[in-house]
Amino acid sequence: MRTIHWLALLPFLFLLGGPILHDATHPFLLGMPFLLGWIALGLPFTALVMALIYRLDPANRPGDREEGR
Amino acid sequence: MILPLVLIAFAALFALGLGIRARGGREMGLEQWTVGARGFGAFLVFLLLAGEIYTTFTFLGASGFAYGQGAPTFYILAYGTLAYVISYFILPPIWAYARAEKLVSQPDFFARKYDSAALGVLVSVVDILALVPYLVLQFTGLGIIVQTAGYGAISSAVAIWIGAGVVTAYVIASGVHGSAWTSVAKDGMILLVVVFMGLYLPFHYFGGLGPMFAAIEKTHPGFLALPAKGQSVSWFVSTVLLTALGFFMWPHSFAACYTARSARTFRKNAIFLPLYQLILLFVFFVGFAALLKVPGLKGAATNLALFRIAVAAFPPWVVGIIGATGVLTALVPGSLILMNAATLLSNNLYRVFRPAVDDDHVVGLAKMLVPVVALVAVYFTLQGGATIVALLLMGYSFVTQLFPALLASLLAVNPVTRAGAFAGIFAGVATVVALTLSHASIGSLMPFLPQQVQDLNVGIIALGVNIIVLAVVSLATRAPAVQRA
Repeated sequence: MRTIHWLALLPFLFLLGGPILHDATHPFLLGMPFLLGWIALGLPFTALVMALIYRLDPANRPGDREEGR
Repeated sequence: MILPLVLIAFAALFALGLGIRARGGREMGLEQWTVGARGFGAFLVFLLLAGEIYTTFTFLGASGFAYGQGAPTFYILAYGTLAYVISYFILPPIWAYARAEKLVSQPDFFARKYDSAALGVLVSVVDILALVPYLVLQFTGLGIIVQTAGYGAISSAVAIWIGAGVVTAYVIASGVHGSAWTSVAKDGMILLVVVFMGLYLPFHYFGGLGPMFAAIEKTHPGFLALPAKGQSVSWFVSTVLLTALGFFMWPHSFAACYTARSARTFRKNAIFLPLYQLILLFVFFVGFAALLKVPGLKGAATNLALFRIAVAAFPPWVVGIIGATGVLTALVPGSLILMNAATLLSNNLYRVFRPAVDDDHVVGLAKMLVPVVALVAVYFTLQGGATIVALLLMGYSFVTQLFPALLASLLAVNPVTRAGAFAGIFAGVATVVALTLSHASIGSLMPFLPQQVQDLNVGIIALGVNIIVLAVVSLATRAPAVQRA
């Protein structure tokens, strides 16, 4: 595991931490009950984290040869 | 009321046409038929991986689950997303190994990694046990769609037979190419239909999302948060983790990753697939709107929620378009599952016992087995009943048992031996069968434990047994381990 890969734990903390810390209907987020709104926000958050990992991971540097090629 | 049926029939024929066209007159060898000669770019792989989660189970099941259960449904949104995070790390090495070794199926992977034909046979059996109920679900969905969208003109039994026939013809004609191209059409349609319904219904009936959810909170207090017991927070967390691990262990998802042209494809897709999950939100909105507008569905009938509210809210031509979309959501995953089951039987079971046969023979046999597998699934579909959901959950629990041995095999030095992998998977699957057949939960087995522990997904036990057996047997059989890296 490269150090940057540990960032991948963030989506787990976000998506599972929300329900653990605040399993409730209120306050509403984006017109949705709290739990649904929180998880919905977790999806773009996950995409951002994965985009960051993708950018910083040397495996994806242009010019690098792919495994198996 | 013939218009919706005409639209549905058109969608099915269109899919069939696309599949035959996608084949493009090429000679179909085993590699071509099953993994598209590993030539798919990021976009097609994205659609294959994304397309599989938008099955009839999502379309009808997620809206029905929101309608019947409320907040526990939200787990579907979370587990897929976390599965994609995991995919960033596990799919590239799986793909690279499969490519180097010219593998076409999931059991090949285990058999080659652990250098054990017996392990390959065990994984094939686990896969087939898990795939059949999954296929049954798609056929059940087809039956519901054609029956409701056709306003009862065609019985669900007839619809199931027709649907099975179309899926079979489609798979025999085109293999994996059909799935990828129909995915394009299917995903475009489902995006439009679901976003339209998910926004139109709350705004039309309630004036917005907030007012709709406020109305639900008033009539069903606590429905939109997890309950204190049963499907509680600990159920949620354990279920999300278990199903996220199992996600890519389905043989058709696993083998779909073989179709990619490069490993970077998966890393890039791990960015976009979580966003794609947002479509599920709109499916939930439809289910919640239906809860207030077409109340009273119970048990398995909650699967009808989406179509009941569609019939109540829209003219027949719109219902027809929704029905046509639903049919495509059954055809694409149905065809992948069917092709995989047939390939497993032919390439991973038959061939192990008749090693002399060549690829052409295996492809020919796989194609002959497609209608046989379809008939078996039709049989179980027509038997029907509430046990289907139990079977699906059992399928998920089965494939999750493959995860520990897979993960170990990706390490630079694999600490797990051939015997350890075999014993762990076997013990895990046996535990799943025992727990499922006895309808046990952690609470019923160990009622003295605290409530949070009792509510943990029962699959945790099977996975725990699996890991313990795997570790103990590996330690005991340490010395003769032969690994091909």
